[in-house]
Amino acid sequence: MENKQELIHRLKEQIIKQLKLEDKKPEDIGDHDPLFVEGLGLDSIDALELIVLLQQEYNIKLKSAEEGQDVFRSIDTMADYILEHEGK
Amino acid sequence: MSETSMQITSAVIIREGIVVKDDSAIFRGTETGSVFLNAAYEGLDAMYPRFYKMDLLSKTGTIAVNALLKERVDLQHLPPEATGMVFSNRNASIEADVQYLEASKAYPSPALFVYTLPNIVIGEISIRYQFKGENAFFISDTFDADWIHWYVADLMQRGLLKVCICGWIDVIGEQPDACLFLVEQVPFSTGTTFTADNLRRIYNKDYGK
Repeated sequence: MENKQELIHRLKEQIIKQLKLEDKKPEDIGDHDPLFVEGLGLDSIDALELIVLLQQEYNIKLKSAEEGQDVFRSIDTMADYILEHEGK
Repeated sequence: MSETSMQITSAVIIREGIVVKDDSAIFRGTETGSVFLNAAYEGLDAMYPRFYKMDLLSKTGTIAVNALLKERVDLQHLPPEATGMVFSNRNASIEADVQYLEASKAYPSPALFVYTLPNIVIGEISIRYQFKGENAFFISDTFDADWIHWYVADLMQRGLLKVCICGWIDVIGEQPDACLFLVEQVPFSTGTTFTADNLRRIYNKDYGK
């Protein structure tokens, strides 16, 4: 089981690849930066991609759209959610 | 009041390895496909964060329209409904369609799916420049200058548009092939008269690589 910092770095790499953020490097994304509107400026299509990413890479299904708002607040909140739910 | 006429005030061509604006090469690259378009985007300082998410057709359109409008801040003062777009191509969104089909073998990607229509390029450009004028995307075997001329002239003569970005925009085998024209109703002859023959003549110019 990887630690949180390793997971955060891997998440950043996966998000850059999945969302085609070719102008970004993992170090450009702050752990607590907002993912939507400000910060990375992701949109609703990106939100769907993040849901797919959780399912494909971590075998985690979100229970509801409302839950997604909290989970996808930042890379840090995503990592916490994955560590809490992975393998359950 | 001075008489106005429809004029082609600028034209941008994107083909393998080259971007041409009004007969001058403004970017040359040795790369092909997506790598070439990314290099052109950076080289021409197009500055639009959504660029990298786009399919090749939208990337081509974004670069071409950026080059067409770069020095035309005056057009930003027109009402959003005054500027429209009329594009055509042969291959619709086949590159994005194939990419989506291939990706779907693993999982259907929403980010790829949204580009599986050719007129998405018009949407991307409209979002960036806040254009809300008439638009259309036609499919034809080859560049049909007579049809584009008739359709755009009709929109402008009826007062529905003051400015129209029109022409050919296609991607096949990862290669962009675009020739977009900026057509305006201007008070005097500041460009090339908007005729089907002039559209054809500009489109058929060979700029090499």
